[in-house]
Amino acid sequence: MVLISRQALHEYGKGLAVIILLLVAWETAALVIDNNYILPSLTEIAEVLLHPFQPVLGGESLIANTWVSLKEVLTGFFCAAAIAIPLGLIIGWSSEVQAYLNTSLQILRPIPPIAWMPFAIAWFGIGIDSILFIIALGAFFPILINTVDGVQSIRVRWIEVAEMFHATTFEKLETVVLPGSLPRIWTGLRVSFAIAWMCVVAAEMLPGTTAGLGFLIMYAYNLGQLDVIGAGMVVIGIIGLGADMLFRMGQARFFSWEGKD
Amino acid sequence: MAEPVLSVSGVVKTFQGEGDSCPALAGVSFSVAAREIVCVMGPSGCGKSTLLRIISGLDHADSGSIQGISGQGGHGVSAAMVFQDHALFPWLSVEENITYGLRLSAQEEQKEDLPQRTAELLSLTHLDSFARSLPHELSGGMKQRVAVARALAIRPSLLLMDEPFSALDTFTRKELEDEILRIRQELKTTILMVTHNPEEAVYVADRIIILSERPAVVSEIVPVDIPHPRSPTNPEFIRIRELVTLKCRGLPGTPRDAGGDRLSLT
Repeated sequence: MVLISRQALHEYGKGLAVIILLLVAWETAALVIDNNYILPSLTEIAEVLLHPFQPVLGGESLIANTWVSLKEVLTGFFCAAAIAIPLGLIIGWSSEVQAYLNTSLQILRPIPPIAWMPFAIAWFGIGIDSILFIIALGAFFPILINTVDGVQSIRVRWIEVAEMFHATTFEKLETVVLPGSLPRIWTGLRVSFAIAWMCVVAAEMLPGTTAGLGFLIMYAYNLGQLDVIGAGMVVIGIIGLGADMLFRMGQARFFSWEGKD
Repeated sequence: MAEPVLSVSGVVKTFQGEGDSCPALAGVSFSVAAREIVCVMGPSGCGKSTLLRIISGLDHADSGSIQGISGQGGHGVSAAMVFQDHALFPWLSVEENITYGLRLSAQEEQKEDLPQRTAELLSLTHLDSFARSLPHELSGGMKQRVAVARALAIRPSLLLMDEPFSALDTFTRKELEDEILRIRQELKTTILMVTHNPEEAVYVADRIIILSERPAVVSEIVPVDIPHPRSPTNPEFIRIRELVTLKCRGLPGTPRDAGGDRLSLT
């Protein structure tokens, strides 16, 4: 299977053109303004990016900070998925369970994860556990909602086929409900990974952290180093883009059957 | 007639709606003998599909009984159903769809030789070269073949088909009708098939059961005694087709007394 078609390359080309245009505009503006505290020039940002293993502002390197954040994101993300997917399958499957839980979940869902930070610190203390809690909370709802949606979009006919062969309830869940809702679950994972990234940066900006991209951005802000902030933002953006591309490739590879039936 | 594979007697079904109830079946009785192909016809919405769902165990009758001679199903008959819309699992390959039933715990004793059974079924339905394809890569007719193979995989004593070919074009439908006759020949399968196409019924069936309008009872059982292969231009074929068409519209057909107690069809 060809993952990147000619047409896709063409699309990427268009996207790239806009990026180049934006970079040129930025650099021109930076030259005109000529003030590092308002808009750092791209060359200064690139300088930081091109030396990813050098200590930044007397602390860890860019790579080390990125790695810290990435580990936190992945841990929180997997914790969220481990709870949200099974729970979503149960809620989607049983209207009884949904009746009990739906209202509470709908009330909790719109609360921004960062609003929980004071509670997180009170419960888990300052440090990694609070950060993981915030990330997991942020990643939890998109996975849950998409899983429930995925289960409820399963065709009744598929379940009937399983019943016709006398499948047990567990077998119905395992052989029909789970695989049938996987494309939606995958969408939920994709959305929640992006949210997890936002959460990690925000959570690391809070006092008590000593590493990570969010910490680096906040630390650089305190020192007035806007080029480091810019570099941190670029890394966040690129990892987000990369993750999204991986999710899309997975979608094309494993769920090409979705909606074609 | 040999001992029936399926014996349906006095099946009543009423759907309970909000405040009102809608009677679908009002005491349906008939039986199907081994290796027989029986078609069920009737005015649209008369409860044909409901009847098939009850026989397959997907739905329950309010009263009446369904009895069979063998198998492990809910009421003695091991029945497998082919749905109108093929109902394949789009994420499974052709091969995996076919063996789906066999891989469930309920069909434990059928597990003996999965690869060999798969090969048999693929060749029976001419799907050998598509074993690894996904359903959406197949044509409508091929999807329906997969659905037939999936149902046959568990060696059901009764194959139920709910308007299996109605979504297909004429040529594909003809081809699959021949296929059904061939499968019956090779596997000695007993088939109960709902159809709304009189020509299809006369082409494949040994007997045609005609249901009345809702709430349905069996209004007529028409034997089709024409040797295979049947030609749609055969006068007898045309006569039965026209008769069945009239009956399904709920209009009187050939007068009963014209040919004695039963319609004289031979």
